[in-house]
Amino acid sequence: MANEVVDHGRRRFLTATTSVVGGIGIVAAAVPFIKSWEPSARAKAAGAPVTQSLAKIEAGQMLTVSWRSLPVFVLNRTKAQLATLPMVDSRLVDPKSDGGSADQQPKYAQNEARSIKPEWLVVIGICTHLGCVPDFVPEIKPEPFDPDWKGGFYCPCHKSRYDLAGRVYAGVPAPKNLPVPPYHFIDDSTIQIGVDPKEAG
Amino acid sequence: MANVFTSIGDWVTERAPGMMPMYRKHMTEYYAPKNFNLWYYFGSLALLVLVNQIVTGIFLTMNYNPSAAGAFASVEYIMRDVEWGWLIRYMHSTGASLFFVVVFLHMFRGIMYGSYKKPRELVWLLGMLIFLVLMAEAFMGYVLPWGNMSFWGAKVIISLFGTIPYIGDALVEWIMGDFLPADATLNRFFALHVVALPLVLLLLVVLHLAALHEVGSNNPDGVEIKKGPKGNRWDATKPTDGIPFHPYYTVKDLVGVGFFLLIAAFIIFFAPTLGGWFLEHDNFIPANNLATPLHIKPVWYFTPFYAIVRMIPSFLGSAVWGVIAMFGAIAVLFLLPWLDRGKVKSVRYRGTGFKVALGLFVVSYIMLGAVGAGVTAEVIPAWFGDVDVTFWENLFGRVMTLIYFGFFAFLWAYTYYGWEKTKPVPERVTTHD
Repeated sequence: MANEVVDHGRRRFLTATTSVVGGIGIVAAAVPFIKSWEPSARAKAAGAPVTQSLAKIEAGQMLTVSWRSLPVFVLNRTKAQLATLPMVDSRLVDPKSDGGSADQQPKYAQNEARSIKPEWLVVIGICTHLGCVPDFVPEIKPEPFDPDWKGGFYCPCHKSRYDLAGRVYAGVPAPKNLPVPPYHFIDDSTIQIGVDPKEAG
Repeated sequence: MANVFTSIGDWVTERAPGMMPMYRKHMTEYYAPKNFNLWYYFGSLALLVLVNQIVTGIFLTMNYNPSAAGAFASVEYIMRDVEWGWLIRYMHSTGASLFFVVVFLHMFRGIMYGSYKKPRELVWLLGMLIFLVLMAEAFMGYVLPWGNMSFWGAKVIISLFGTIPYIGDALVEWIMGDFLPADATLNRFFALHVVALPLVLLLLVVLHLAALHEVGSNNPDGVEIKKGPKGNRWDATKPTDGIPFHPYYTVKDLVGVGFFLLIAAFIIFFAPTLGGWFLEHDNFIPANNLATPLHIKPVWYFTPFYAIVRMIPSFLGSAVWGVIAMFGAIAVLFLLPWLDRGKVKSVRYRGTGFKVALGLFVVSYIMLGAVGAGVTAEVIPAWFGDVDVTFWENLFGRVMTLIYFGFFAFLWAYTYYGWEKTKPVPERVTTHD
C-alpha cells in the first residue's frame, strides 16, 4: 500500500464529495435553528383573526380593536364625513392608493373610501412614518395644525396627517397611507379582522 | 516560600511549555514604539470597559428576568431592592456609553495616524468587525429593560429591515418572532446579548490583538520602528525605538485607567443618566405598544447613523435608500485602507487637504449626531424663530451626510491622483533618547 502512487484524481473526488455532502448537512442542520426564530404557534394563535360586532358603533364613532397587538381603528363614517374625502384629494400624496401606497390595502379596499362598505373604515392605527399611534380628530373645523381641517388622523409624534380614509397628506414625514388589514363582513353588523373575503369563502 | 513558587512554576512549564513564551511575546518582549501619546490610552481602556461589562453583566443576569411581563419590574427590583444592585446596573449602563466614547476615540486615533494602512489592514478590519458587533450588542442590551424607549427603539430599528424589497416584511417577522416586539424578541435578544455576541466579541478582540502584535504598533509619527535601527537595552535584534509593553506601557496605561475611572465614577455616582443621554427619560416608563414616546430616537452613540437614515428621502416608493446609506456609512469605514492610497501615515506629515478633510469629517459626525438626537429640531426654532424646522433640519442634515461621505470620496481622489503634498517623514520616531 505504502508504495502505491497517490491517485490525485480519486483524492480530489473524495475531498469534493465529502465537502459537498458535509456542506449540505450543515445547511440542513441550520434550518431548524433558523426556523425557530419564526413566530411560534403561540404567537400565531395570539395573532389569530379577531371578530368584532359593529352593532354598537354609532355613526361618527370609532372603536380601537386589538389584532396581533396592533391597534385597528374601526370607524363608522357619516355621510358628511364621506363627502369630505373627494374635497381633500388634491392635498394628498396618493389619493387613489395606486402609487406608493398600492400595497397598503388589499385589492378589495383599493377605492376612494379604502373600504369594503363605504361607511366602515378599517385601518391599522400605526403611523407609516415611525410607527406611532395617530390621534382621531374627526371634527371638520380649523385645527392649530391645519386651518382647513376636514377631519382625520393626526400623529402627535412628527405631525403626520391622514384624512378620514387614512390617506396621508402631502408635506408630512409619513410616506404612505395607513394600512388596511385583511378583513371581511361575516354579516351586516360583524366583521372579522385578519381574514380576506376570499379566504372566508 | 520562593522555592515553592519556583517549583510550581517549573511544574506548569514542563506540562505547558508554550505559556511563558506567549507571555513574553505579548507582554515583556512586545516592543512598542516609545513615542505613544494620550491617544494610545483608548485601546487598553476599551479592554477595561469590556471586562467591566462582562463582570457587571454576569451579576445583572442573576436578578434580571427576560420576559415582557417581568423585565421592567426586575430592573427596578435590581435598582431598589438588590443590595448594591443600583451600582452594578449603573456601572453597566455607564460602561456601555463609555465603551463607545473610547472606541470612537480609538478609531479616530487610527484614522489620524494612518494605523489602518499597510501592513495593518487586517488589524483595522478586525477592529471594524468589533465595532459592528459592539453596535449589535449595545442595541440588544438597550432593549432588555423593556422600557417604552426600548420597545419603540427596537420596533423602529427592526423596521429598518422591513424596507428591503420583497423579503422585508417576512424578515422583520423573523427577527421579532412575533408581529411586534414581544416576549420572543426579548428572549432572543437576551440570549444574543449575554451569550452569543460576547463570545464573538472576545474572539474578535483576541484576533485584533494577535494581528496587531504580528505587525507591531503604529505610532504618532507613522514610522515603522521595525525598519529603523536595531538594538535596544533588552535585545540587540529588536528595534531601537521600541520599549517592552510590560512594564513600560502597562504602567503608562494605569495612569489612563486612573483618570478614566475618576470620570466614570463621577458619572455613575452623580449623573448616571447624564441628563437623559446615557439613560433616556422615556425608558423609565414600561413598554407600551399603544403609546409612542413623543420623540423616538436611539441612544447618543447611534444618532449619527440614525440621522443618515432619516435624511435620505424615500425614492421610487421605497425607503430602503436611507437604510442602504446608513449601512454604507459603516461599510465605507471598512474600505478605508484601500480608499486611502497615500503612503504617508501620520497626520503630522500629511497634506493640508487631509487635515481639513479630517476636521470636517469629525464636525459632520458630531453634527449628524445632533440631528439624530433631535438637538437641531429644538435649536432651529429657538435660534431662528418661526421657520420651517423640517426643511432646515433636512437641509442641514443632508449637507452633513454629504460631508461624511465626501470625506471618503475626497480621500480617494486626493491620494489616487497624487494631489497630496506631504512633508518628509523622519527616519525614526521624533522623540527618541
